[in-house]
This record gives sequence, C-alpha cells and structure tokens, in this order.
Amino acid sequence: MAQLILNHLTKDFGGGRPAVSDVSLTVREGGFLALLGPSGCGKTTVLRMIAGFEQPTDGSINYGERRLSDASRALPPEKRNMAMVFQSYALWPHMTVAENVGYPLKVRGISGETWRRRVGEALALVKLTDYAERRPAALSGGQRQRVALARCLVTSPDVVLLDEPLANLDQHLRKSMEETFRIFHERSGATMVYVTHDQSEAMALATDVAVMSEGRLVQLAPPAEIYARPEGTVVGGLIGRGSILRLALPEGAPRALEWPMLRAALDGAVKAGAGEAPVHEVLVRPEHVSLDGEGIALRVASCTFEGERFALTLSLPDGQTLKAYVERAVTPGETAHFVINRGWRL
Amino acid sequence: MRPGASPAGEPRWLVPFVLACLFLLCALPLISLAKAGFAGLVSGNSIGVLTEPATYAAIRNTLVTATGGMLISLVIGALFAFAVALTDIRGKLTLSFAFMLPMMIPPQVTALAWVEMTGPASPLLKTLGIAPPLGSPQPLYSLFGISLLLGVQHAPLVFLALKAGLAASPRDGVEAARLSGASPFRVFLDIVAPLAAPGLIAGAAIAFVSGVGNFGIPAILGIPAGISVLPTLIYTRLASFGSGTFGEIALISSLIAAIAAAGLILQQRALAGRDYRIIGLSGANAAFSLGRFRVFVELGLAAILFLVLVAPLAALIASSLVPAYGVPLNWQTVSLRAYEEILFRQTMTLSAFTNSLFLASSAALGLLVVAVPAAYLMNRRKGVLSSTLGILIEIPYALPGIVLAVAFILTFAAPLPILNVSLYGTIWIILIAYFSSFLAVSLKPVMSAFLQMDPSLEEAARLSGAGFFRRMRDVILPLVAPAAGASIILVFLIAANELTVSALLWSAGTQTLGVAIFNLDDSGSSDLASALSVLVVILVMALMGALETLVNYLPEGVLPWRN
Repeated sequence: MAQLILNHLTKDFGGGRPAVSDVSLTVREGGFLALLGPSGCGKTTVLRMIAGFEQPTDGSINYGERRLSDASRALPPEKRNMAMVFQSYALWPHMTVAENVGYPLKVRGISGETWRRRVGEALALVKLTDYAERRPAALSGGQRQRVALARCLVTSPDVVLLDEPLANLDQHLRKSMEETFRIFHERSGATMVYVTHDQSEAMALATDVAVMSEGRLVQLAPPAEIYARPEGTVVGGLIGRGSILRLALPEGAPRALEWPMLRAALDGAVKAGAGEAPVHEVLVRPEHVSLDGEGIALRVASCTFEGERFALTLSLPDGQTLKAYVERAVTPGETAHFVINRGWRL
Repeated sequence: MRPGASPAGEPRWLVPFVLACLFLLCALPLISLAKAGFAGLVSGNSIGVLTEPATYAAIRNTLVTATGGMLISLVIGALFAFAVALTDIRGKLTLSFAFMLPMMIPPQVTALAWVEMTGPASPLLKTLGIAPPLGSPQPLYSLFGISLLLGVQHAPLVFLALKAGLAASPRDGVEAARLSGASPFRVFLDIVAPLAAPGLIAGAAIAFVSGVGNFGIPAILGIPAGISVLPTLIYTRLASFGSGTFGEIALISSLIAAIAAAGLILQQRALAGRDYRIIGLSGANAAFSLGRFRVFVELGLAAILFLVLVAPLAALIASSLVPAYGVPLNWQTVSLRAYEEILFRQTMTLSAFTNSLFLASSAALGLLVVAVPAAYLMNRRKGVLSSTLGILIEIPYALPGIVLAVAFILTFAAPLPILNVSLYGTIWIILIAYFSSFLAVSLKPVMSAFLQMDPSLEEAARLSGAGFFRRMRDVILPLVAPAAGASIILVFLIAANELTVSALLWSAGTQTLGVAIFNLDDSGSSDLASALSVLVVILVMALMGALETLVNYLPEGVLPWRN
C-alpha cells in the first residue's frame, strides 16, 4: 500500500484548452477519492491517465516511490496492478461470468483449484455464486455491474478505478450498489478513485472529494468540509442545491455569514445600489432559509411538494431567486416572511 | 518501463507493417499508372490513342451504356426498394434475397444467360417453339443490350442504397403527416420522397461508376458486334501488343478513372445540403397499406424477377443440357455431356477451377492478415494515422477493377528489383491484384465489428494484465471472428468469379473461372460455357446460403444483400 500521487498532471490533446491542466493531488493510503465535475471537465481523462490508457503531456503520476507515467515514459496498463469498473462494465460477451471474473488470474498464470477458489470467493462477495456459468448477456444491469466489481476484487489490486459505474442503473439499484461499493472498499483496503458527475454519489461514498472544472482541480476536501465551506462559485453551485446570491457586504465581512449581516445586505439590495460596499457571491442552502415572522418579506414564485417537505422558489425584489425548504405549502404569488439563518461567502 | 512507449501498447512493427502493406496494395499501382501515362504523353508514342476515332467511339459508348444502365437500375431498383421498404407486400425477405442475386452473379455469366435466353439459337425459345429464325440478329449484341444488362446487374446497388435510406425514414414523421391530414400519396410525395432522395442519388452514382468499369457484359455482348467501350478497348489493345501499348492502356484507363471520378463528384454536388439526419424514432418502417392492389404489385414484382433472374438462369441451364448448338431441349436430347467435358476432360477448365480456388482462398485468408490489423489501428488510433489509412484504402475501392488491373500490369511488367524475377504472366500478379481489389471487401465486415466493439473491452483486458498478443487471442479475435468469417466467404465468393482483373492478367496456364467462361463462349462452345456458368451460380448460391446461416453472429450491414 502506498499513496497515489498526481504531480502537476497535464494532458493536452492538441485542441485549444488542455483537457487536464496542472492537477496535483495525493490520494491517501486506502483512501476513496471521488472526482466530481460536470461532463467535459477532464475527470475521465485523469482516470484514464492513472490507468495508463492516456499518457500525460506534462507532470507525472507516482504510486508511492514508483513512477507510473510522465511525459516521456509510461508503464503500460497491463503492468500497473490496477483494476477498473467501466461505465459500460466491459464484460467479455464470449466468456462466462466465472471466466470474466477469473481472467486477471488466468493472465497471471493462476489455474486449477486456486483459480476456482478465488473466483468463488469474489463471486460470493457480490452474491453471484449461482450465476457463475451464465454469459453476461443473460444478466441484468445490476448483476453485470457486480460481475465487473468481482473482476476487480479477484487480484487484490493496488488501485481500483471506477468510471461513472452507476450511470446506467436506475435509482433504486444505485442505492444498493453504493452500499456494495462501501463494503468492497472497507474489505479490500484498496485505494479507490471514483469518477462521477453526481454529487450525492460522491458525498455518500468518498473519503475525499476533488471537484474539477474546465480541466483544473478547484477544491479537494472531505465531503462534509466541501459541503460546508465550498471554494468559489463552481463548487458552490455543484455541491448541494444552494442558491448563489450577489450581495453587497461591508469590508472585512467573515466567510460564514449570520442573519443580522445578511439582513442588512438584503435591505441594502432592496434600496437598490445604496451602499459603496463591494458585491460578493453568497451561497445560501435551502435548509438554512425558514419561514419566520421576524424575517423579511419575500414573494413566493413557486411551491413544489417533494414528499418530506415543500421546496419554494423565492424572488428577491431585485429579481434574484432563492430556494427554501419549508414544512407547509405557500400559495405561489403570496408574500411571506423569511429568515436566512446562515450564508457562506464564496 | 519502456522509454517512449505509447500508451496504445501495440508492438512497434505493427504500424509500419500495415502502412507498408497498404502502400504496396493501394498507392504504388496508382503511382505506376500515373508514371506510365505521363511517360506515354511525353514520349509521344502513345498520345495518338487520344485522337483516334476508335477511342472517341469507345468513350461515347461507355457514356451511353453507363448512363442507360444507370437509368434502368434506378427504375427497377427504386421500384423494389419502395415496395419492400414501404408497403405491406408479403414475402419481403425472399423477394430481397432473389433481387440481390444478380449482383452476386458474375457479369459474364449474366450476359451469357441472357444471350442464351434471347438469341435465335436459344434452347429455351426453341423448346418453347418461339425462337426467331436462325440467322436473325441477336438483339442483345447492341448498345441497348449492354445498357439493359448493366441495368439488371447494378439494380441491386440502387435497391440497397435506397432501402438503407428508407429504413431510416422516421415512422413518427410519417404518422405526424397522416395526422396533419395528408393522404398516403401526399405523404409519399412530401415526406418519403425527399427523404429518399439522398439514397437515390447515391445509388445512381454507384450504378453509373460500376457501369463505366464493367468488363464482363460489354466483353460478351459488345466484342462480337464490334461495339467497344473503354474497358474492352484496353483488352483488345493489350491483345495486339505494340511498342506504345503500355502508355496507351495507361491513358485509356486514366480516362475511365476520370469518368468514374466525374460521376462521384456529380454525386457529391447533388448530395450537398441533403443531409437529413433522422430526428426521433426510426425503428419500424412506415408501412403503406396497398389494399386490393397488393396482389397486383406482388405479381408485378414476381414477373420482373422472373424476367431478370429465373428466365435467364433457366436458359443457361437449358443450354448446358443440349448436346449441340441449336438443338431444342427435350427428354430425348437432354445430356450431361457438357458437365462431363468441363469436369473431367478439358484440362483448361480443370486448371481454371484449381487456379480460381487457389486465388480466391489465398486472397480471402491472406487479406485478413492485413485487414484485421488495419481495422484495429483505424479504430484505436484516431488522427493522422487513421485518416492516412482511410485514404489509402479508398483508392482501390473507388477505382474500377479494370483500371487497377492495368496499374498492376504497369507496376510488375518489369522484373522485380533485386530479386530479378518477373511476376508478369504468373499467377502471383493476379493474386496481388486481387489483394488490392478486394481489400475493401475484406476490411468492411472486420471494420464494422471493431466499430461496434466497446473499446473498454480491450482496456479491461489490459488492466487485467494481458499484453498485446494475449488480449488479441483472448478478447479481440474471438469477438471479431464472425465478421472475419464473413469477410473470408465474401472475398472468396467475389474473387472466385472475378473476370475483369484476370482477363487482363492471365496467360497460358493461369486462366481463372471467369476467363474460362469468357474464352469458351468466345470460341463458340456455348454449351460448355453455360455448364461452367451453372456451376458458378450454384457456388455463389451455396456461399450466400452459408453466410445467411452466420447472420445472427454478424455486425449489422456486413452482408451486402442485407441491411
């Protein structure tokens, strides 16, 4: 076990902006890193460089002391002792489930009783023992996913890469697969790198979340940290369902904003363009907005029932909108009083 | 760790190997052709050919027959495509298969069958008692006859191009038009016909270009009547070998290439701005219900099939069974003497069988060695390499076979450098020309198999630890095997019946089946030629049947008669 280190990693496919630009990060031993970002942000390219399918144009990748790739040399994927769950699962249609799972062992020259035992163990872990002799075509999406996972398990790889593995599954199956991934991570102790554009997956699974945008690493932090203290509008907009308001705040305002200061800023917004204070972007989480007679009057633009609560869209007098979760329905068009308990200056 | 290793991970020799093969097969012949043509122009030895009246006549005849053939192909092909793709007629699969047969039957056999069907000596007409009197002219020995047969031969190309376009026509688009209040006829006029236009244009272009390069039909129908087209002009020039011959045939084949290219450019022009990407669902075809007309349409299509397929083949079989020229066929006269002759007595036909089987199987198997790595590289390596390979492969694909044959004569006429061995006049020059001609045929199924294969299947094998040859053996080859099988059978099927290339390249002892049929007919042994043709048709149908059994394992669009 060792750390996976990306050092100023850059990949330029030769079309204007580099796909990945100067990404440096370290995945701790046995860590579970989620690479999060909108499509086209370069997260899959980072994953493919770690696997060895792409070679960096600058920077390097190390596993502990061992250099895996840099701009001049690259260890081929077949020599890296890594495993990957592909978005399409990449099961070989001409092999049975057991042959698929056991292929990495076969390539390593393991056969006979050892082969059977280890394939059996891997299949047992993903609860597919009864399906060993079937072909992948005869399995459902979730079962194929588990075969792909078992194939990763079987050789105890140093690093396991997961490329949007839940993208093709339905909502219900996702939840149970997330659970499987977590158990898998705990048991194997392998370093895992997980690419996704779904922030809830990233938050639920990872020990660290790396947010990427336009080829750059924007923020790297544990999930709770990144939720509470996002850096910049990209992360603020991507994590959670917050609203970003542009508010005039006094000089020296703290990052974490309380209601009195927010109220003053909102009043300032009401008296449009009054203060000289610079305009800041402030992230407000919907769960931090509440109905309160003490608050300021805002018009309710829409009200959606979401089962456990009502989601409101509120209009500020200057046209900005704000989301809020409340316990009772409010008729759209009405005005009600709201308090913003907390805000985060981006 | 390998310094400078590319992450693609294939062995270093693979790219140079594929590039060298494709250069040898695709670029080199074209370079020799250009060189010889240029030399012919400069030396003035061959320039005369361009001003001869015979050349003008051949150009005119080529244009007339190719255009006429194209029009006939368009009419027949479009009729079948619309009926099969859009209406509710019965037996579509059988109709399609039967309609595609003429494309797979070699042109010289088609021509021979039609001659046997229509002439004054036709055993079929004689048996039916409706033959014209002996001595009256054979109506097919004319420009019209050549056009008609080119039309029949290439109608399946129009059918395929059009059917592909119609199969993609949006069902919901048609239904929306019906709901908007359009009658079926209006829907056809306003929705279906415009969407079918690109397929129709593409089909017309392929039919025209194939007509320009066809050798078998004008050779059988034109040469006896003294009508020459450019491909047969090359053939006769080569037969009367003179000092300026190489320059002359280079110039004539450049003319063919130029006419073919003009046809393709015209197609590009006509297709510009007609890129109707289908939006929405396109699964099931829009079916127009024909109501009580259905049975008439079905009978009409069956009648056409009878005329272009069943009757000529029946005539061919009939004339292979008569004991002598001009004898009517009945239970007293029927004889298998012709088959006995070609299968057991004639050394010429026996060696033709051996040669063709050797050439076809070597080409089919040997081409895979080039096609599989080339398809692999073109799919895995995007960018300059992939597009270079693509362009190289397009060259022999776009050139008519006769031009390619001339190019190979010019390339290998002189002894090979260093080895000092001449390939000219041996069977090997035919084999190399086949490699070049059928590279595209061999590549297409393998290419579509690679296209449909998820690249992560190979990547997963790499991460499992499998090196290049290991993952080739365990993952890639098993997955492309069905397509490779189809590629072998297709190349074999076409190469075994090939005439155009071998007609120019054969010499004593290296004649192919195509050449044998042509020569037998030329020397008046129409019964032997017919018997050999019947065997060829049986071979074609057997191989097509073999491919049909493979169809469930093949990527879509691999079999030329299906889509």
